[in-house]
Amino acid sequence: MMVDALQGLLQGLFGSLFPLVWTVLKIVLIIAPLLLAVAYLTFWERKVIGWMQVRIGPNRVGPWGLIQPIADGLKLLLKEVVIPTGSDKSVFLLAPMFAFAPALAAWAVIPFNDTLVLANVNASLLYIMSITSIGVYGIILSGWASNSKYAFLGGMRSAAQMISYEVAMGLALVVVLMVSNSLNLGDIVKGQGRGYFAEHGLGFLSWNWLPLLPMFVVYLVAIVAETNRAPFDLAEGESEIVGFHVEYSGMAFAVFFLAEYANMILVSTLTSTLFLGGWLSPVGFLPDGILWLFLKISAVLFVFLWIRATFPRYRYDQIMRLGWKVFIPLCLIWLVVVGTWMMSPLNIWK
Amino acid sequence: MEFKTFVFYFLSAILVFAGLRVITSRNPVHAALYLVLAFFTASGVWMLLQAEFLAIALVLVYVGAVMVLFLFVVMMLDINLDRLREGFWSYLPLGAIIGLLMVAEMGLVLGGNYLGLLESSVRQATTEDSNVQAIGRLMFTEYVYPFELASVILLVGIIAAVALTQRAKRTNKSVSPSQQVFVKARDRVRVLQMPAEKSD
Repeated sequence: MMVDALQGLLQGLFGSLFPLVWTVLKIVLIIAPLLLAVAYLTFWERKVIGWMQVRIGPNRVGPWGLIQPIADGLKLLLKEVVIPTGSDKSVFLLAPMFAFAPALAAWAVIPFNDTLVLANVNASLLYIMSITSIGVYGIILSGWASNSKYAFLGGMRSAAQMISYEVAMGLALVVVLMVSNSLNLGDIVKGQGRGYFAEHGLGFLSWNWLPLLPMFVVYLVAIVAETNRAPFDLAEGESEIVGFHVEYSGMAFAVFFLAEYANMILVSTLTSTLFLGGWLSPVGFLPDGILWLFLKISAVLFVFLWIRATFPRYRYDQIMRLGWKVFIPLCLIWLVVVGTWMMSPLNIWK
Repeated sequence: MEFKTFVFYFLSAILVFAGLRVITSRNPVHAALYLVLAFFTASGVWMLLQAEFLAIALVLVYVGAVMVLFLFVVMMLDINLDRLREGFWSYLPLGAIIGLLMVAEMGLVLGGNYLGLLESSVRQATTEDSNVQAIGRLMFTEYVYPFELASVILLVGIIAAVALTQRAKRTNKSVSPSQQVFVKARDRVRVLQMPAEKSD
């Protein structure tokens, strides 16, 4: 195999430093395609929304507009990063990093297939929850450090929204880990490959989305709110309300933008892994593989864009009501229902 | 030096520095941020002890939730730093006594093995059980009553906080959502038919 040959070559080259080099290489292999995917997700979003609104979308830069995201990135890179007077400079520049870094760090435990994972940790689901919960600092700090009332209020609003939906999201995940009997993402996927339907060649009916349908819906809505995407995108509702990053420009703003799209890809991957069977094939006669995971991620990402093109923006009190008064009680009730189900003779997760 | 030892000293140095900055930093928001750093590095130290569940829970609960709310409060307060510094000397004796007490307590706990106070040593993580399973099993068998009691206390705290905020008279004009969704267009909008004016 080529991988073995490369491994041998590097082992000879670096000696005792080899594990470090090998891990860094694997990290680069995850991060580089991810950043490319982030760039082309912005392009795909503009295209999809364009088509849904009977427009063409970006089509001038390069063939079919394909170089558009590169041009956008270059433009933002060349712009000046304006730091407002009276702002806390170090915190002001730290905030975008706080937003972006968790979206990258979480990929350490994502399994791509049954062997391909950077760190096969036992508590990987917990790790992802705790790492992604750090992302809220980017919002709250950028709001405070800008030394602007509008940014501050926007930051408070977005942070409160993220914290509220994290509760519902966490409760939905508790149900998933209850039926999977594991916190390991790889084991959660493998658990979805078992069951009555999987044995009869209809694997997609054995995945968690069907038996846990209410939790799947709660999770889908919660991740949209968690990533501050439409219809919950109060952070960038520029026409009626201002967000936490009004004072940011140039690359500092671009990092917030990158963080949003990297988070979208991350939560889509999590949805695919937790509810849609990860790398498992939907039907028995096709082999499992990493391609299925990418297909599922793309499908969930498409739903994100579809939602954005379809729904009007929610009002803030409606968002909070949905999170606290609808989703959390629903999750708590479903938690008890699934617990009872698992204890009854009808348990399907043995 | 073993790599693990190096990591331990590296994390400890950051932890001590962050802890010092928490109390010496002039800006309360910076102090809170250094506390976040302290929690994060402490979780790294716990990770070295193979207490992965506790380490992750520390980040999830303290960094992800408690400190965010803490920052909310600190940012919204109108803090006058000079007023805050008044009365430093009058509070010093009380603070010093509490500090000494804490040092003594820590000494007892950490030196417990040496003084023969603790009967059992810290249980090591077993390889076949994951951390989470081991803690969960203990929590729901041996320590089930304290655990349930703690959760009831927390529930009382939540309900009390909600009750306190709801006690004041309602001053906002919010409409119940169930009424909102039953609104029909013809209740709100009247379409008038007007003959078009002839242009001459």
